[in-house]
Amino acid sequence: MLKIDKLHKSYKMGDSSLHVLKGINLNVDKGEMVAIMGSSGSGKSTLLNIIGILDELDSGEYTLDGIEIKDLTEKKAAQYRNKFLGFVFQSFNLINFKNALENVALPLYYQGLKRKERQEKAMFHLEKVGLTDWAKHLPNELSGGQKQRVAIARALAAEPKLLLADEPTGALDSATSHEIMQFLQQLNDEGKTILIVTHEEDISLMCKRIVRLKDGVILEDKKIKQNRLI
Amino acid sequence: MIDLGLFREIFQSLNKNKLRTLLSGFTVAFAIMLFTILFGIANGFQNTFNNEFNGDANNSIFIYSGRTSKAVEGYQTGRKIQFDNPLYNKIKEEFSGDIEFITGRVYKNVIASFGTEKSSYSVRAVNPDHQFIEKSEMKNGRFINALDIKNNTKNIVIGNLVVEDLFGDIDPIGKYLDLNKIKFKIVGVFVERTEGSDSNEARVIYMPISTAQKIYGNNDYIDQINLTYNPNLSELEAISLGNNIVDKIKEIFFVAENDQSAVRSRNRARENQEITQFNSVLAILVLIIGIGTLVAGVVGISNIMIFIVKERTKEIGIRKALGAPPSSIKLIIVLESVFVTAISGYVGLLIGGAILNIFDLEDYWITDPGVSTSLVLGATFTLILAGLIAAYVPANRAASIKPIVALRDE
Repeated sequence: MLKIDKLHKSYKMGDSSLHVLKGINLNVDKGEMVAIMGSSGSGKSTLLNIIGILDELDSGEYTLDGIEIKDLTEKKAAQYRNKFLGFVFQSFNLINFKNALENVALPLYYQGLKRKERQEKAMFHLEKVGLTDWAKHLPNELSGGQKQRVAIARALAAEPKLLLADEPTGALDSATSHEIMQFLQQLNDEGKTILIVTHEEDISLMCKRIVRLKDGVILEDKKIKQNRLI
Repeated sequence: MIDLGLFREIFQSLNKNKLRTLLSGFTVAFAIMLFTILFGIANGFQNTFNNEFNGDANNSIFIYSGRTSKAVEGYQTGRKIQFDNPLYNKIKEEFSGDIEFITGRVYKNVIASFGTEKSSYSVRAVNPDHQFIEKSEMKNGRFINALDIKNNTKNIVIGNLVVEDLFGDIDPIGKYLDLNKIKFKIVGVFVERTEGSDSNEARVIYMPISTAQKIYGNNDYIDQINLTYNPNLSELEAISLGNNIVDKIKEIFFVAENDQSAVRSRNRARENQEITQFNSVLAILVLIIGIGTLVAGVVGISNIMIFIVKERTKEIGIRKALGAPPSSIKLIIVLESVFVTAISGYVGLLIGGAILNIFDLEDYWITDPGVSTSLVLGATFTLILAGLIAAYVPANRAASIKPIVALRDE
């Protein structure tokens, strides 16, 4: 599903440059649920952004679903993001003047689906996250957990091959966090490949594999016994 | 097929940000309103000028004679130049291609009496063409015609104020008017278009030129030659026609070429040229001010659009993460700008037009300060163009935002 080889990434900070990722090798197979762990500054978010084609790598190789991701035009990158990837962010990143249904339907709009199809599909995914009754509500009328569920529904709407979650529970209390994680486990059970960036130990234990990053290198990569919530 | 989804996106974004939309719209509406008012006022000025000179045909040339001021070929200065029928016929023949209408004029002051009413008037003895040169409008009856000239008839045409002075409510057509003890039959009454400003014109009595020559001197003298040039001539051609006629007359009478007083002319082409020049200066001025206001409007909306892009950075980032190509981001910004510019521009156009209509500006030299259809079409095109220009910088900026940077934006 995902193959990363000798990945390097550095950021220019004025005159000096900051070497964030120093030779990452990572393989993720279909149906895995991987937690990427690390303290802040370890490079875990940068890695996720590169995997998500939101950022470009400096050197190394990155293959996603058999396609090499390299020197893409903005247009091509947008196409791949739309087709392969679903994003869930810590701060939800819903568009605040669109209601839940419209937010979920947005990636489908960029897929070029007709309005009616978009709405049907969006409604289906909202139902899946249990928010049918909240379809017409704006994000600021929803609770944090509901917002994140809308975001997950939006990430799933385009039926991506890989779901990327950047600290999905970072802004939620532990009860809601468990609720979201339970839902992600359920999705994984259905076969979806999921990558979760987190710095919370208990969240990582709910995944099937933990990749620990420190100072831009992989410290540890091990499969674990999943802490099932279902 | 039109992408309705795109328009829905734009409406939604405009609708959810009413104040912002209103503010950016206001800038453009105000600029267009100013532009419309300015343009209307300039149009009004031009209309006033065109009306002001409508008393005569606007392609007339008047030629007068005087006394010589330069000695030439043995002739003394102070010699009186007298136009006559042969000269008139010669000019009429020689310049026939360039002349539209032509008439001679003989002046005479008379005491006119009808019944007990009596007053002094000036008589203009003319050819039938005179009606079209002076733009006399017939109220009743007819003007002097060719038969009157041929038969030296004692028929006259009088102004509407002569009727008021002498006849009161009596219909003057067919009545006889006593001019210096000679009876003339009234065959027509005319009205002058420039009423009020020049009441003397409406107190003129017209008589066949041949009759006047016979009765008042038994000669073939003419005091003045009036003509209108072929309207197809350009102003420059008309000016040179006037000069050629004057030169021809000077040649016939042995007048020095540089003698300014023996033969003089008044050429409307010259005045027209001045008016045209004035109008074009005015038009350029309005254009500069108009374009200035428009540019200010465009810069204003561009500014606001840049702010909008800044404000929507995160939203743009989200859209990009969800798979929006740069072209779609650009299109949203451009269409939003064009939409706001076009709609608010039209509002400005309407308000400006309404202001021009509400206030009566005729006292200030501004007549019918309307805005034409072609201007409205031109304005529409300009507005769309302005919207595009205003969106250019912000749209490019929006499209080049990196999703990762945009998502970090708080």
